[in-house]
Amino acid sequence: MNWKMSRIVRTVTNFLIVPIIVYGIYLVLHGHLTPGGGFQGGAVIASSTALLIIAYGTLGEHEKDLSSVEALGLTLFILIALLGIGTTMFYNFLAGAGGVFGGTIPEGINPGYINTGGTVPLMNIFVGLEVTAALSLIIWMMSKETFVINSEKKEVKD
Amino acid sequence: MNWEAILMTIPYMTVVILFMIGLFTVLFKKNLIKIIMGIAIMQNAANLFLVSLAYRRGEYAPIFTSAESTEMVMPTAHALTLTSIVIGLATTALLLSFVIMIKKHYGSINTDDVRRCKE
Amino acid sequence: MRKPIAVLALLILFVFLAMGAIEMRPFGEPEETEMDDYFLYDEEEGSQAHNHVNNVVTAVLFDYRGLDTLGEATILFAAVSGVLTVLRELKKEGGKDD
Repeated sequence: MNWKMSRIVRTVTNFLIVPIIVYGIYLVLHGHLTPGGGFQGGAVIASSTALLIIAYGTLGEHEKDLSSVEALGLTLFILIALLGIGTTMFYNFLAGAGGVFGGTIPEGINPGYINTGGTVPLMNIFVGLEVTAALSLIIWMMSKETFVINSEKKEVKD
Repeated sequence: MNWEAILMTIPYMTVVILFMIGLFTVLFKKNLIKIIMGIAIMQNAANLFLVSLAYRRGEYAPIFTSAESTEMVMPTAHALTLTSIVIGLATTALLLSFVIMIKKHYGSINTDDVRRCKE
Repeated sequence: MRKPIAVLALLILFVFLAMGAIEMRPFGEPEETEMDDYFLYDEEEGSQAHNHVNNVVTAVLFDYRGLDTLGEATILFAAVSGVLTVLRELKKEGGKDD
């Protein structure tokens, strides 16, 4: 579709995009401490793409990057799985050893520490990247098929 | 009447009623989009059944930030339900794109007009 | 002729499912829970001692059962490829002919 909404809707969209994306990144990054993870955070970020398409009509010049981002996410996910092929596939070789995400937690109830978890936060980030690009691609592809049924819709200037 | 035994079967009866509503919509409605909604209702009934099988009485969510380790619900069924939700999303997306193509070729989405393959 | 047969089949299916739902075990008292106790609180291979993750559901999804998550990501990729193929634009009259 190639008509855009009025100026009030466009201004509020410009203001509301940033908190939605920050909330989605928070859900993806804290997936090993609170309820959340890759799939849930990716769905939240893909809803901001739907907001952009409704308010502006088109995505501008970033339409050709979506399929590359999705393929990159899936390739990196398989790469992390194959890195510990010495013992088994999907081996958690970063847990407990003091490295990028290594760290131990005490027993029982504890407030969460981000620096723990091993390969689980890395896999959350890559799956979130892939789910965001996939859902945005589906929404954008289906929005090109709308047509006007016997009514006169004027294009909004400015 | 044993009220305790009747209250214990309410979750499973809800699953059966939801499944019957979805099956009725697929069999007896003539609009293609209503048929797709019926398929989505049946998938939600199956997910609800999976989650309601893994409950222990009076215990909390399986996250160590807020519960001790001896009072947690069983966590295996929740992981299977997450995979099933994504599979339902993939099925619904492909079905809706087929409805768009049918509308372009035949001109209507009523199942009484879309009976035979078009030349 | 087709409608009464469909209504009769729906009623028979509803009676079977309802009889199965009434005779299930009571809601909230599972019987054999050894697999989940292994995930929750084993001494050396549980979720807090083995891979140091607080969220048990995410640990089951990405560490103990990682191959299922790989299959699920592939399903999402294949579905998006199918939608992009069905709704593409051809150079001729438009729509996906032949």
